Amino acid sequence: MGYTVAEKILLNHSDADHVEPGQVVMVRCDVVLANDVTGPVAFRQMEKMGTSAVFDPSKVVMVADHFAPAKDERSAILIKRLKDWSLARGVVFYDQGRGGIEHTLLVQEGWVVPGSVIVGGDSHTCTHGAMGAFSSGLGSTDIAYCLVFGEFWQAVPGTIQVTVSGEKGHFVTGKDVILAVIGQIGAGGGTDNVLEFVGPGVQSLSIDERLAVSNLAVEAGSETGIFPADEKTAAYLDGRTDKAWQPVHSDPDASYSRRIAVDFDRLGPLIAKPHNPENVVPVSEIVGTPIHQVVVGNCSNGTMTDLRQAAEMVKGKRVHERTRMIVVPATQEIYRQAVAEGLVDILVAAGASISTPTCGPCFGGHTGALAPGENALATINRNFKGRSGSPEASVYLGNAFVAAAAAVAGEIVDPAEVAS
Amino acid sequence: MIAAGKAVLVSGTNIDTDVLYPGIYLNIDDPEQMKPYLFEGLDPALRDQLDGDTVLVVGENFGMGSSREHVPLAMKAWGVRCVVGSSFARIFYRNCINLALPAITCPDAVKAAKPGSQISVDAAAGKVTVDGREFTAAPVPPFMLEMLERGGLIPWARHKLAQT
Repeated sequence: MGYTVAEKILLNHSDADHVEPGQVVMVRCDVVLANDVTGPVAFRQMEKMGTSAVFDPSKVVMVADHFAPAKDERSAILIKRLKDWSLARGVVFYDQGRGGIEHTLLVQEGWVVPGSVIVGGDSHTCTHGAMGAFSSGLGSTDIAYCLVFGEFWQAVPGTIQVTVSGEKGHFVTGKDVILAVIGQIGAGGGTDNVLEFVGPGVQSLSIDERLAVSNLAVEAGSETGIFPADEKTAAYLDGRTDKAWQPVHSDPDASYSRRIAVDFDRLGPLIAKPHNPENVVPVSEIVGTPIHQVVVGNCSNGTMTDLRQAAEMVKGKRVHERTRMIVVPATQEIYRQAVAEGLVDILVAAGASISTPTCGPCFGGHTGALAPGENALATINRNFKGRSGSPEASVYLGNAFVAAAAAVAGEIVDPAEVAS
Repeated sequence: MIAAGKAVLVSGTNIDTDVLYPGIYLNIDDPEQMKPYLFEGLDPALRDQLDGDTVLVVGENFGMGSSREHVPLAMKAWGVRCVVGSSFARIFYRNCINLALPAITCPDAVKAAKPGSQISVDAAAGKVTVDGREFTAAPVPPFMLEMLERGGLIPWARHKLAQT
């Protein structure tokens, strides 16, 4: 019996001579990531383990993004702890103004190559599957162990094959692919599994869009969402990394726990309604819902592709008087590029606020919390109760076209109407 | 590994990490200081039931969402000895195992438990007892069982460091 991509990568990163779903193996990490929330908790756990030494500083990266820029003294102390710890051990530290949101940043900076294993103290570490890597979001004690030993325990997951076909329509993006999957299998439907995306429709997804797809794999309970490396992956990595890599593909006789399909020919823009990402409906089903805040950004949809889509929708128009629009470029490089392309000017002229790269408005940390009774339409990945501020607020999830169109209309609307 | 305590019921499916411990309180790294915010987005009154040895009884896909270890750290700080559930989200589950907080899958026990029920769990034997009635739990894989019996990933790491 052959292996899936996930199984092959785990086999290559363990001492096992074979792997099968459910088997627990120790897996070697190529990159260990943490942030200002999960890093300091991990450092405490390392101290309890009795060491402060890192297994390989060249494989460790720390990013200040959750409470950065520090929203208060307590946050500033955490960020300082992250920075001091990183500098003392010679590991790469991305400070405010030099990096951005961790997952978009690591891909952009060439840390992630196909076939590698990326672990992070952040559930959206699953994002890196977009590059054909095995990536896993872990808690801080796991990360502490990874920092010390460079490995983690892993029950080999099963693989759900997602075949994407058809022609992608206008205003449909990668976000809609993953929302369709979550709607189909449910918030726990991918537990103990990875998603593997294949089929002719995958070709029409850019790396930016694949990042969004993989980013929300955890919203279906999945470990990661893997796109086996192809020409797009290779072109993206060209000049971006000096790491050697080989594409990894599933064997023709690999065993899948389930097979599902997403057909672009029958896929319009989708929205996940409060308070669970599995509450997926076509935009058309909830047009007219008033929207008080729009956020375009976060580790799923703060890419150049998303900013271009948002700017296309609001160009020459004004954000509705009912609505606040916050745009968060995911990284400093994206921010600069958006300035260079004139997108920031288009967005600001329309009445949007542009934020420095930060996770703040996504997880309710800062920079755009919601009041009771307010509705937000955001390109983020979670719409849990209280996710972005008040527990009496509602968060709807959608792609950047849908979000920006709602900013102009002040309510959920078919993006085609705003564009025309 | 045997764990026992008084049942506190956290009802509902897909209870996520953000209601269990809202993001705004993530700028805390000391478990003792996390305690006042456990269940804050779900039902703060649940904290009033946390008094001494406690077994949390939870529904399907419990702990979905974030990797924030603040949730099981705060649970442990409150005296939660075990979590018995219908099913668990992956990262929450592994965080529990790493902290030697048994997360036991046993839907029948979940159905039988009432607030204040006396629950004991024998992870190795795969048994959950609720007010004297015994239920069979999903088997805990040998690796996770060993992790629980050795006190979690921190003693595991100390042991490994001592060997090298």
